[in-house]
Amino acid sequence: MSTANSQSAPISHTILSLPDQSTARMPKRSYLNNEDGLLSWLLTGDHKRIAILYLISITFFFFIGGAFAGLIRLELLTPQPDLVSADTYNKFFTMHGIIMVFLFLVPSVPATLGNFLIPIMLGAKDLAFPKINLLSWYLYLIGGTLTLAALVLGGVDTGWTFTTPLSTHYLNTHVLTAATAIFIAGFSSIFTGLNFIVTIHRMRCPGMTWFRMPLFVWSHYAASLLMVLGTPVLAIALVLVALERIAGIGVFDPAKGGDPLLFQHLFWFYSHPAVYIMILPGMGVISEVISTFSRKRVFGYTAVAFSSVAIALFGFFVWEHHMFIMGVSNYSALVFSLLTMLVAVPSAIKIFNWTFTLQKGSITFETPMLYAFGFMGLFTIGGLTGVFLGSLGMDIHLTETYFIVAHFHFVMVGGMLMAFLAGVHFWWPKMTGRMYPESLSKLAAVTTFIGFNLTFLPQFILGYLGMPRRYHAYPPEFQVLNVLSTAGATVLGIGYMLPLLYLGWSLKYGAIAGNNPWQATGLEWQIQSPPITPNFIETPIMDHEAYDYEWLANQTKHEVTTVG
Amino acid sequence: MDSAITNTEHAIHAEHEHASLPQHRHHFETEEQQREVGTFGMWLFLLTEIMFFGGLFFAYLLYRNWYYPAFAVASNQLSVPLGAFNTVMLISSGFCMAVGVWAAEVRKKNLLVLMLILTTFFGLVFIGVKGVEYHEKYENHHIPGADFSVAQFVNPAAYGIKEQPLSPDMAQHTEIYFFLYFAMTGMHAVHMIIGIVLLFWLIRRANRGDFSSGYVAPIENFGLYWHFVDIVWLFLFPLLYLINRHPLH
Repeated sequence: MSTANSQSAPISHTILSLPDQSTARMPKRSYLNNEDGLLSWLLTGDHKRIAILYLISITFFFFIGGAFAGLIRLELLTPQPDLVSADTYNKFFTMHGIIMVFLFLVPSVPATLGNFLIPIMLGAKDLAFPKINLLSWYLYLIGGTLTLAALVLGGVDTGWTFTTPLSTHYLNTHVLTAATAIFIAGFSSIFTGLNFIVTIHRMRCPGMTWFRMPLFVWSHYAASLLMVLGTPVLAIALVLVALERIAGIGVFDPAKGGDPLLFQHLFWFYSHPAVYIMILPGMGVISEVISTFSRKRVFGYTAVAFSSVAIALFGFFVWEHHMFIMGVSNYSALVFSLLTMLVAVPSAIKIFNWTFTLQKGSITFETPMLYAFGFMGLFTIGGLTGVFLGSLGMDIHLTETYFIVAHFHFVMVGGMLMAFLAGVHFWWPKMTGRMYPESLSKLAAVTTFIGFNLTFLPQFILGYLGMPRRYHAYPPEFQVLNVLSTAGATVLGIGYMLPLLYLGWSLKYGAIAGNNPWQATGLEWQIQSPPITPNFIETPIMDHEAYDYEWLANQTKHEVTTVG
Repeated sequence: MDSAITNTEHAIHAEHEHASLPQHRHHFETEEQQREVGTFGMWLFLLTEIMFFGGLFFAYLLYRNWYYPAFAVASNQLSVPLGAFNTVMLISSGFCMAVGVWAAEVRKKNLLVLMLILTTFFGLVFIGVKGVEYHEKYENHHIPGADFSVAQFVNPAAYGIKEQPLSPDMAQHTEIYFFLYFAMTGMHAVHMIIGIVLLFWLIRRANRGDFSSGYVAPIENFGLYWHFVDIVWLFLFPLLYLINRHPLH
């Protein structure tokens, strides 16, 4: 006990909720002020600046998507269809889905935090293809603008899944515009993934072996594989929808011998892996945060690293579980049901390993950690209900009800959004050089957690009782639960507005962070905050394992901040 | 503070040492790394292309199994000689490209330019022949859409075609065959056209001597792309032209 204490003494000494304000100074030179003017941002090749551009744009789209969520919940406050017509309601949930999935969740962590951190974590000066990185942001913007155009012109009402033959034959809305938007935004995602894979393979600094990489990088590697292999299939599916709509070529038209199910296969071959594109980078954030705030190496590092790859691999072979009620063969449904349950194994490996990391760790409760705890609880619920839905009999009862809505919101909002916010708070000092206000942000984290549960827990019950999704009216006996859900959505909205406000405030008034406010071990924390444009003054040499807190405690020499 | 300045100077100095070629980008440690990164990125991009075409091949597989008679008869409408001629054109084009890559590596500028021009020429011939084929389909109302007609397949005798007539039901499915034909060869042709545009750009640069000093990455990577486009055609030709042409039937 005493030896353990003496060993950990210098470590526990360094646990601070805020950096030592007396010594921290804002560096004179950083990537933020290296060049001036709007053009220096719009034409930048610097991965850090592109990350900031992405952060601003996805925040914009997040709040637009969120506004639609608010409108949906407002309509569902009462059983009667009193706010909008059925058609308008269809447009609401479609726009909510398209914006949130393609313009927020898919790029959320990879394009912002991943873009900013992966080169630094690997000890590289930039991503492998800086120009392609910038191109991917422009493609994202074009996709986003087209989506907004579809929205302004009158909206789309196919649902985010573009289900055929509904999208190709029966709807007279701006399906083509939206499909083009997603097609283009998809290429932005492909380029991000391609950039990450090449960077991770070829740009690691001396000593940075695969098993010394932070788990954040591992999870991005797995997600990038999915982006690169899955997204082109979505692209071709959307091309076929467009051709079918324009020329009526019959490929998805049963009247001409086409098969609408073919579209489902192509679409979900991407869109199921896409949920892992969304969640895997979030899991990477959680690994970093949990390790840092329990002052311990992530338990079972190798298992967590491989579980990311396993999730990516299994993720490609479960798509048919979206089609169990669409008349697929019973035997293939059986196989896909089994495979679906298999994905729970690597996901559980992660949850268990994070829990073991916490065990006997020196846990502190900074904001990122609160969000990470939120992630672990909510993702577990979301994941386990996924196993319910993966079992064939349950799926037939529960699919197309609010149960499934609650399930994927637990994973996407409860999981991914919590992870995104954990990551944004965690690396905010690194990105901006300033701390966010700790007590206010803790309040926001708790508000988000309460609001989230109030919104989506009632939806599990609603779905189990049989309330179908995608209707703007419902029987009066469901009203109590729906009112609870809408109330929760309001709280949740406040929880998301708060960070926008105080993070903006902190840009000017936040305490100066210093190089390593969390006393974390990653390479990104050994350089100045905000970093200089080439990231490192000297190419670093990785001479220790990831999450080595003893190495950090013995570290006397830090990279010097460019103050003088 | 002092050490920081020396470090910075050292880093700048080191960068200058590496940057012996103007094409060297600052964020790579060595030229070797830069070259590897480019090639690796190109291979990954080709992987995404395989997945992209894969969706179409999957659709082909499905419908060919369902509507085999319609596919076989409709496939007979394609001209095997033209298709075979185009195959030879593409293989020649690919061969010239391969020689071009070699020429760049051994720094034979004139040979490189010649080979790139030949690559472009064979590619353009391919596109031209494809245009002739498409035009024929247009004249026969075989382009899917409102103008599509199954008359030739329901009543081939009236058009002087020696073919068993299809039932009207099955004949309708020839539209799916022709859709796949246009989608797959069209997507392939789009890739060819992009490639030809890039070739013009490469010819200009090669002529200027950009690739005469050992910097061959663009030529090599474009070569990969061009060979990929060739290979896609090598799958498309038998799948679309040669259904039911084997001697056992």
